[in-house]
Amino acid sequence: MTTTNPTTVPAVPASLVARRARRRRSLGVAVGLTVLIVALGAVALLLGKASLTPSDVLSALAGQGTPMTGFVIGELRLPRILTAVVVGVCLGVSGSVFQSTLRNPLASPDIIGITASASVVGVVAIVVFGISGLGLALVVITGTLVAAAGMYLLAWRDGMSAYRLVLVGLGVAALCSGVVSYVLTRSDIRDAQMGLVWVTGSLNNSSWAALLPVAACAGIILAALATLARPLLVLELGDATAAGLGVPLERTRLLIIAAAVALAAVAVSTAGPLAFVALASGQIARRLLNTGGAGIAISGFVGAALLLAADMIAQFAWPTTAFPTGVVTGLVGAPFLIWLLIRASRTGTGS
Amino acid sequence: MNATHSLSTTNLALGYPDRRIIDSLTIDIPPNQITAIVGPNACGKSTLLRGLSRLLAPTAGQVLLDGRDIRTIRTRDVATVLSLLPQTPQAPDGISVADLVGRGRYPHQGWFRTWSAEDDAIVDAAMVATGVQDLAARSIDELSGGQRQRAWIAMVLAQNPEILLLDEPTTYLDITHQIEVLDLLMDVNRQVGTTIVMVLHDLNLACRYADNLIVMRAGAIVVAGAPVDIVTPELVRSVFDLDCLVLPDAVSGTPTVVPIGRHHRPIARDDNTGTP
Repeated sequence: MTTTNPTTVPAVPASLVARRARRRRSLGVAVGLTVLIVALGAVALLLGKASLTPSDVLSALAGQGTPMTGFVIGELRLPRILTAVVVGVCLGVSGSVFQSTLRNPLASPDIIGITASASVVGVVAIVVFGISGLGLALVVITGTLVAAAGMYLLAWRDGMSAYRLVLVGLGVAALCSGVVSYVLTRSDIRDAQMGLVWVTGSLNNSSWAALLPVAACAGIILAALATLARPLLVLELGDATAAGLGVPLERTRLLIIAAAVALAAVAVSTAGPLAFVALASGQIARRLLNTGGAGIAISGFVGAALLLAADMIAQFAWPTTAFPTGVVTGLVGAPFLIWLLIRASRTGTGS
Repeated sequence: MNATHSLSTTNLALGYPDRRIIDSLTIDIPPNQITAIVGPNACGKSTLLRGLSRLLAPTAGQVLLDGRDIRTIRTRDVATVLSLLPQTPQAPDGISVADLVGRGRYPHQGWFRTWSAEDDAIVDAAMVATGVQDLAARSIDELSGGQRQRAWIAMVLAQNPEILLLDEPTTYLDITHQIEVLDLLMDVNRQVGTTIVMVLHDLNLACRYADNLIVMRAGAIVVAGAPVDIVTPELVRSVFDLDCLVLPDAVSGTPTVVPIGRHHRPIARDDNTGTP
């Protein structure tokens, strides 16, 4: 702009000051959450049926432990912790991207039918076709992308409306839970048992073999998403403003949503449809940052911390029984959803 | 002064397959001037603005930016010349004024051109020009309606547009803030030569602030020109179905529409009883 008298512009631009403050804040939150995740991980390494001392854990991590501690740490606890982190990041980022792109705090993949479609695909694959492992992951990712494309088309009328997509998604979610129940009740009791644990969401089957391909998929999708970070910030300002600023709306939104769907599917294929982690992470990240903006990366950190904590509670809160992780995320998440709904209807931001 | 970019339409039709809103509209937007689009509700004035800003694809005809069909120009390149402020833009919760205004730099940045000191300077200048520099760190939701609208105008100014389109920029503002916003737009136009096109509801304010009026009814242009040349009681009757007098504005001399209506409350006389 050449409109203003240069003397009225302060030496250090207010814009720069504000940007630095924002960056400091997100860096601080990211560091804090990293410390929390590492601390939770350290505690998780210590907890379990085999009681290990910190020095046992350290020597096992350094590869100098006994075969027993080496196995417990290296093959049981560490993969489980890392799986929780990877799945948590996927869910947190996916939820935050959905909420920000669709401009609706309820529009997370677990509410609008994305994880529900993934669970239908997963349950059918497990119970009917007996698929497991990497095959299951690929089937779930593909199936979920197809289902999401269907929902996108259903919500399309002279362009995409975020609100219609949320409504279609709610319907699909209801339909999917019906289908899951049907498949489970019609199937053999042992298959149903396995399917049910998966559908609740669980990290019981974590292993390096399962984790590595999933982590690779997640890394690729996150990298793709990072290239869309700037248009995503502009999309937050609403369709008309974003289009005015030169964002090709449909193409950008399609790419961003596809990436978010894929992330959710990666998470579901690994640990089942863990409820509410995606919904809550974005909201918590927003409040931690408190500067506007989606805080998508921060939401990934929050997701990892949430899932690690939930998994520890699920395993160790009751001395006699270990619950599937999804039970805990559901029990904690449901009141959060209710709070969000009440708040949304009060402030009128629900639609 | 900016190099002058031109915006025009030829036989533009806008609408939906089953409902055509604007049919065969041809207009040249006068460069470096303020143009107000006025007309009764549902006359297609916002639709025309959406068409001009490439938000709505024409069903026939073209919008031309510098003589080229705007649909053939990369949308990001259009955004470096032409910016749009929608009617009720929505900001994400908690976003600060500086952050919002900074997002106006989007079309000027890219893979190889990230945020620079120049961007900071332009964002600051936009905040100074709109008088929101002291609110830079404040959250948009804490601001008054007028402050918020000035912050949004700062956002579109940070885009460095040579053509600025605004859809009812004074809606929901009280009279003080309406004047404040229109004065601000006039400053921008007079100081930088930015071409401004805005949809306005208030005919009198449009007459006062616009160099040029586009008067619409039922999806077509009735007349376009300087307010003083075209605003007459006959025009207002034919466009708005309103009987009125047109008098010179006591402050600016521009036309003022005084509706006649059916009821007139008597004016209190010297006896102060309120009866004539």
